[in-house]
Amino acid sequence: MTVQQQTKQAAQGLINQPAGDLDAIIEEQLDVKSERYYYAKQWQLIWWRFRRHRLAMLSSILLIFFYLIAIIPGFMSPYLPQTRFENRQQSPPSKVLIWDENGSLQRPFVYALTRVLDPKTFKYIYTEDRSQRFPIRFFVEGDTYKFWGQWETNRHLFGTGLDGPPLVLFGTDELGRDILSRTFYGSRISLSIGFVGVILSFFIGVTLGGISGYFGGIADEIIQRIIDFLLSIPALPFWMALAAALPRDWSVTQTYFAITVILSIIGWSGLARVVRGKLLALREEDYALAAQAAGASQPRIIFRHLLPGFTSHLIVSLTLAIPGSILGETTLSFLGLGMQPPAVSWGVLLGDAQDMVVVAQQPWRLIPGAFVVIAVLLFNFVGDGLRDAADPYAN
Amino acid sequence: MLLYIVRRVIMLIPILFLISIVSFIVIELPPGDWVSNYITNLRNSGIDLQEEEAARLTAIYGFDQPSYVRYGKWMTGILTRGDFGWSFQWGKPVNDILRERLPFTIIISFSALILSWLIAIPIGIYSATHPYSLVDYIATILAFVWVATPGFLLAFVSAWLIFRYLDFSPLGLNSTEFLDAPWNTAKLIDRIKHLILPIVIIGLSGTGATIRVMRANLLDELKKQYVTTARAKGVPELTILFKYPVRIAFNPLFSTIGWLLPAIISGEVIISVVLSMPTMGPALLRATLAQDMYLVGSIVLILSSLTVLGTLISDIYLAWADPRIRFDATGK
Repeated sequence: MTVQQQTKQAAQGLINQPAGDLDAIIEEQLDVKSERYYYAKQWQLIWWRFRRHRLAMLSSILLIFFYLIAIIPGFMSPYLPQTRFENRQQSPPSKVLIWDENGSLQRPFVYALTRVLDPKTFKYIYTEDRSQRFPIRFFVEGDTYKFWGQWETNRHLFGTGLDGPPLVLFGTDELGRDILSRTFYGSRISLSIGFVGVILSFFIGVTLGGISGYFGGIADEIIQRIIDFLLSIPALPFWMALAAALPRDWSVTQTYFAITVILSIIGWSGLARVVRGKLLALREEDYALAAQAAGASQPRIIFRHLLPGFTSHLIVSLTLAIPGSILGETTLSFLGLGMQPPAVSWGVLLGDAQDMVVVAQQPWRLIPGAFVVIAVLLFNFVGDGLRDAADPYAN
Repeated sequence: MLLYIVRRVIMLIPILFLISIVSFIVIELPPGDWVSNYITNLRNSGIDLQEEEAARLTAIYGFDQPSYVRYGKWMTGILTRGDFGWSFQWGKPVNDILRERLPFTIIISFSALILSWLIAIPIGIYSATHPYSLVDYIATILAFVWVATPGFLLAFVSAWLIFRYLDFSPLGLNSTEFLDAPWNTAKLIDRIKHLILPIVIIGLSGTGATIRVMRANLLDELKKQYVTTARAKGVPELTILFKYPVRIAFNPLFSTIGWLLPAIISGEVIISVVLSMPTMGPALLRATLAQDMYLVGSIVLILSSLTVLGTLISDIYLAWADPRIRFDATGK
């Protein structure tokens, strides 16, 4: 880094500081720490501020864990989503015990269950067979799956092994499939649709918002009216109507991308607003004028000079836009208009449990719903933390 | 004022036009037209349709003509005769279905909007006058969780809890024993009991955001000098609060109707499906699943127009209540 660049950055660091902080900064100037502060790049400053935000940090760690599950569901879940356990239909979540019958501490284990049908209520009654304990072990062998569709393996993070009874921590559905494995596999669609949808919204939003904000005039007027229109119509009926038009014989991948596009049709408008607002403000800055005077082309001014000025804002808006896509997909799939079985997503799993009678008898079928709520909450917390961290005027 | 209303109404026309275009695109989206689908369905189920009859149906709906002619026909029908088309799934005009269901949608949505204010305004006022207090924190956390919970899940879980612990099924408009009963007090009470849950759940969906708007506006107002002046003059704290800042903080609530209404209508659609309310929601779902596109398009058209009209009314109210907006807009 040349001396010139360093001074420039240091100066920028000073300008970015609110006036009230200036005294404090001058006092700290002698510290090595504050020297680091001067030379820190914008992203480093954001990261330092973000790190102090405990809730946001915790949420991002949990989110990373969620996405880890979504990336390698085969390894993280004990079974495959389509594995059926005969004689274990509609079974409640397995009880994990750490004390045996004599009251001595053991490593976590489960008992095998035997099932009888109650002749009066036609409900299955499960009783524990206490003769043998099956400990829960790590890296056990189980169903064979393909790791990232490449390497065949049968190792799973946890389970009871090949000879153990089914370990169903979230219970099973009426076909005897493990809800936990299905929830983990479902996160692939449910969590990725947020990202893919937002990327699409991002491209449309930045392009149209950019045109609108930088060029103004008639283009701005038209794009603004379209945004007003999109924000004024109720999203769900519109999504439902569009999803209705999808051919029923499409493959899972085709439906997936179609749903993404449907969700983005309304989703971009919010982002375009942010981009336009910021561009309108930054376009008037002296350095934009200077760039223009120096003969820079308009794309260069927009992408090289103006865009970096609000990238952090964009990222915040993107983070806060993801939950909308996740909720949209869940709602559509729940209604039977989004992803269709055999595809597994959280919405599909909730749609399976749509009947009030099912939920009354098997409340554990609603667990995927808790995953939706938690994922959306986490994104909101991270987004809020990022917003505070990206704001240079925040103390 | 009149000038302002006229201007706003004129500005509405292009938006309504856009809505009608989008609704029509929705109708036209599925591959193939519904008349030929209808004819194929009839033939498959063994009913042979005469060629003339098929040609007649095709001609009525203009499927032998370009789509803009069909759009023109559809719009002329709506504007001149109030005729929204034919629902082949129900075998009756779309109008009949709308007439049965639209009133419930409007009643439920409107009550939900009022309820969301009734809940949000007191909490918002309390949060603003006691910022960073326990209630403020609880309200903030609840608002966060509320935003993150899909409405259908909430409706679903609460219906189940009510069924389980209160021994009362909140599904539908009336309990089964009252379905054919003549109107009397018991039936009315039963009807009201059924309406409470959907209204509460839809209403609460907008509450979190409304609390935040109310809180932020009131906090801004409370910092202003006239509040300090009033306090210095010895006006009681509650009188200060309710006489000026609260009244001013109300206005932005009306300007947020523009985005609260779409959310409420969306909520009404999904929650009515879960709770089997006879409103537009379940009709829309059934129609979408059956690709009954005239009904789908008409419902999208009506729900969107309702939202836009609601926004118009709130804007007019706002201009009436706040002279600054009125004078700004008319350029006086």
